[in-house]
This record gives sequence, C-alpha cells and structure tokens, in this order.
Amino acid sequence: MSSKAEDRLALHGSGAVYWHKLASEVRRDRWLYVLLAPGVIYFLVFKYLPMFGIVIAFENYVPFTGVLGSEWVGTKWFNSFFGFPAWTTYLANTLILSVMNLVFYFPAPIILALMLNEMRLQRYKRLLQTMLYVPHFISIVIVVSITFVMFGPSGIVYKATESVLGYPIKYMGSPDTFRWMIIGQTIWKETGWGTIIFLAALTNVDTQLYEAAMVDGAGRIRRLWHITLPAIRSTIVLMLILRMGSMLDTGYDHLILMANAMNRKASQTLDVFVYQQGIQSGQFSYASAIGLMKSIVSVTLVVSSNKIAHLLGEQGLY
Amino acid sequence: MDNAVSPKQKKMIESTGPVGQNATLGSRIFDVFNYLFVSLVAITTILPFVYIIGASFATEYEIATRPMFFIPQDVSTAAYQFIFSSNKILRGFRNSILITVCGTAINLFFTVTMAYALSKTRLRGRNFFLNMVIISMFFSGGMIPGYIVIANILNLKNTYWSVLLPGAISAYNMMIVKNFFQNIPQELEESASMDGCTDIGVLARIVLPLSLPVLATFGLFYAVGHWNAYFGAMIYMKTAKEKWPLQVLLRELIILSNGTAGDMNNLDPEFVQPPEQSVKMAVIVVSTVPIMCVYPFLQKYFVKGVMVGALKG
Repeated sequence: MSSKAEDRLALHGSGAVYWHKLASEVRRDRWLYVLLAPGVIYFLVFKYLPMFGIVIAFENYVPFTGVLGSEWVGTKWFNSFFGFPAWTTYLANTLILSVMNLVFYFPAPIILALMLNEMRLQRYKRLLQTMLYVPHFISIVIVVSITFVMFGPSGIVYKATESVLGYPIKYMGSPDTFRWMIIGQTIWKETGWGTIIFLAALTNVDTQLYEAAMVDGAGRIRRLWHITLPAIRSTIVLMLILRMGSMLDTGYDHLILMANAMNRKASQTLDVFVYQQGIQSGQFSYASAIGLMKSIVSVTLVVSSNKIAHLLGEQGLY
Repeated sequence: MDNAVSPKQKKMIESTGPVGQNATLGSRIFDVFNYLFVSLVAITTILPFVYIIGASFATEYEIATRPMFFIPQDVSTAAYQFIFSSNKILRGFRNSILITVCGTAINLFFTVTMAYALSKTRLRGRNFFLNMVIISMFFSGGMIPGYIVIANILNLKNTYWSVLLPGAISAYNMMIVKNFFQNIPQELEESASMDGCTDIGVLARIVLPLSLPVLATFGLFYAVGHWNAYFGAMIYMKTAKEKWPLQVLLRELIILSNGTAGDMNNLDPEFVQPPEQSVKMAVIVVSTVPIMCVYPFLQKYFVKGVMVGALKG
C-alpha cells in the first residue's frame, strides 16, 4: 500500500526520483526478470506474432517476400470466397453439424449428470464414473481408428448390419452417415467427462430444499424438475454461451481424420476448407481470410448470446 | 397444518439429498430404470476397448468369421510379434516417448519460471505481463498465421522443435501454478534470501521442493497432451517420416489405408496393402496402454482441476 502511494508521489513529484526508484527495483529483481524472459518470449513469438500475422488475410502472401514484403490486396480474398458458388455448401455443412451437435450432444452430459446425481450407492456410482471418463483421455486419432476398425468394411459393425439388412451401410465412406458418425464419436468421447462441471454445480444444492419439497409431497420427477434442474441452470447457460462461440468450429483435428473423398459432400466444412486451402494447397492468404471471418462471427455470437443471457436475468459469461 | 407429522412425512424428512430414504413404488421404478440406464451407458463406453483388446489377441480367421466376441478362442500373439518386429512402429513408439519426455520437460521449465516471476506482486510491470497472458487466452491468430510463424518464419519444419515449442506454455496451467506459488508462505523464501540466495536459488531450493505434487500434476497434464497430439507432427513433419510419433503413424496405418481416404498419395509403400485387422487392433492397444497406466492419477487430478476451474473460474 505505502509503496503504491510512494509511487504516485514519485510520479507527480520529481521524475528523476521515480526513474531512480524504478531502476533500483528492477536491479533488485533482476533474477526474476531473467526467469520471466523465456515465458514472455514464448508468448510474443507463438501467440502475438500470429495475431499480427492475420494481416496476410489482406495481402497476397508469398513466403519468399514475407509478411511485410507481400502485396496488399485489400478484401480480394473475402470477395473471391463469396464469389465462389460452393461457399454456401461449406457454410451449410458447418451449420448443420453444429446444430446437430447442439441438439444431440449438448444435452447428453446434463442428462447423464442428473442421472448420476440420483444414485445413492456411492461406490457403484464412482465405478461407473471411472468407466465413463476413460474416452476423454484417448487421442482423437485412436477414437477415429477404433471407429474405422469397427465400422470399416471389414469391421464387426459393418458385417453385422450387412447380415441383418442384407446390404451394407458404408459408415465411413458416405455423406449420409458422416454427420451421425461425428456426433456419435463426440457423444462417446465427451459425454462422461462433460458431466463433471454439472456434478460440481450440483454439490452446491441446499438439501433442505429437497426436504421441504418432500414434505409438500413432491415426487422424484418433480423434485428433479423444480429443484435440481434450476440449480444448474446458470451452468447450462454458461456452457451454452461458450458453445455459441464455437458454432462455426467443427473441430478440424477430428474432421480431417474423418473426411475423405467419398463423404466430401457432408464433410466439407469451413474448418476443413481452411486446412485444405492453407496447409495442403499453400493458399495462406485465402485460408487466413476465412479463418479471420470465422473468428469475427464467433466473437459476435459470444457477445450477443451473453447479452441475451443478461436480458433473461442470467449472470452469463462476464 | 399442526405440528403432527405423519409417519410417511417423517421418513421423508429423515432422508437428505434428492433421493428419499424410503421410496415409494414410483420412486423405486425410477431407481431401477436409472441404475440400469447409467450402467448400460458406462458399459457401452468401455465396450469398444474390451473388444479391441480381445480381438488383438485373436487370429485373423476368428476376427473375420466370429460375430462379436471378447475372449478369443485361439489366443495368438502374432499381431504383437508383427508390431514389435516392425522397425516403423517401434520407431514411432520411440519418437512418441521422446516427444512426450522432452516436451513435458520444456513445458514445466517454461511454466514454472514464468509462474514464479509472476507470483511476486512486487515485480515491476507484473500487471502488463499478466494481461499479456490473459489476452492470449481469448484471442488467437488462428491456424494459418501460426503455421506461417512456425514453418516459414522460424523455419522449424521437419524438426522436433516444431512440436515441442508451440505449446510450451498453457496459459491456464501457468495461472494455476502462479496462484499456487503465491500461496506459499513468504517467510520461508525471505529467510533464504537473507542467507544470500538469489531469486533463482530460492525457486530451486525452497519453492520447487515444496511444489512437487503440483509439478507432478501439471507434468501429467502436459504429458498426456503430447502423447495424444498428432496435428502438429502431421503438418510440420509431413516429409520427415523417421520422426513421426505413433499417432501420425496410426493415422496412416488405419485411417488412410482404409481405401476411403482422399489423399492416398501420402501412403507409405511399405503399407500399401492394408494391415490385417488384428495388427490394427494391436497398434491401437499399444498406443493406448501408456494412457491407461496413468489413468488412475489422471482421473484424480483432472477431476480436481476441472472442479477448481468450475468453482473459482
């Protein structure tokens, strides 16, 4: 406290005193600055340099001439994306997958958390939780590999459906099944893990509320509906806002593994587009422009859904 | 309503939590359904693993002919013998271990040094540097500008540095370690600096020995991240196949070799013939085993970590 007051005094008073004090403090903490340096350099190089690198979205970036030496082209890349007739397909594929994720995956952890919360055999519940959390720690490559081994043409599920239906379903190579496979993998991998945040919120529920409701004759379902669910409402809203921010993200590391020539009608999302244009074809400026557009939409969606949450009387994200 | 409480209500009051102690019939049906459903979900979650492990020990003939099984009739280790005689897979395993060990060491070094410096409230410019970290948690340059920095500006393509350095600090983890350091009693550190220790000496001799559990936790967080990562290695070390970690190899062996992939030209001539099912399964098992070995610790610490984030964040 007193040192802050001194600082202010020094600022308003003689500049020489301030600089002298600053220099002596920096000298005193010189080893701390040495410790700080690697981290600061890391953030400048790997976080801030790419942020300024977004300018290439307005340039015709050529690696040889570099970011500063490349030709400025303004909004050329944005215009050419919207002038390209297939852009609506990319947008539609992205939005359909996101909406399916919201409808089928988003409620899953909430429902499972509510069901786990109703269990009273603590040891058994913990055993089930141990089983449910496993897939979260498995690499996405392994998840997709397991899917290929089981749903691919020589896989067990593929053969089973073939013998039941009389004809095969091309799970891994058809645009009709592509989205369901993605959603299924996400549900399998993340539902168990997703319950934790809701279970944490549920530990804060006042048990007296349940007692009072029981005295009033409320059954299990009504207690669930009127006490448990409202208790996690703010957490649900929070997760929903965060989810809104990634409406245009389809998870490129997941999709790139699942996308192939046969399901491309459904698997071409904006993320896949950025990857293919930027990394595979070397169209860095074009891909950055699409990436930048995605980020702007995401920020807008988070800010506006947060505002809606405030209007509905929720605390929201900030 | 007077003070008299009916026996039924009394029983209800004795119980706590969402579930009554002495349940009505409807409540019992609810319980049966609930337990059955969640058990079924949990079993479905681990069933693929059980099948893959079982089938990796089966013969190719059994996998092709028997519908669903978990324990093979003829136990065969042919798939594992194939894997451990394949230089390619052994090299992938070695690369994954190398990347995980070196990557985690780099992560801990960068995280601890920065967290310790920022844990000192007396440090001039501390708020500036803290804001720098926090802003980076909300905004990022995106995939392509990051790629250009690593591949074109720093020229790290086809080196291990391209996967070791870009994720050196997780801002979120660093902030938690910083908070932990801030809660270590100052007196301990002050007495050491009286004895002529520099700040680096205090960190090495006093603070780090006190933080071993925290370092173990975050080391584990980082290590799992490295073991599971494939994207960086795939895009930065595309042509340096001898440096590929297991995950990138797995993508080639199982996903690209499936015949449905668009970019078949990435395929290695050694594996143009898709590997047998049992070999694929054995590779999946081998690359999952290290995670399963640390899973008990992971579950314990990760759950705690998410809880801290959920309650305090």
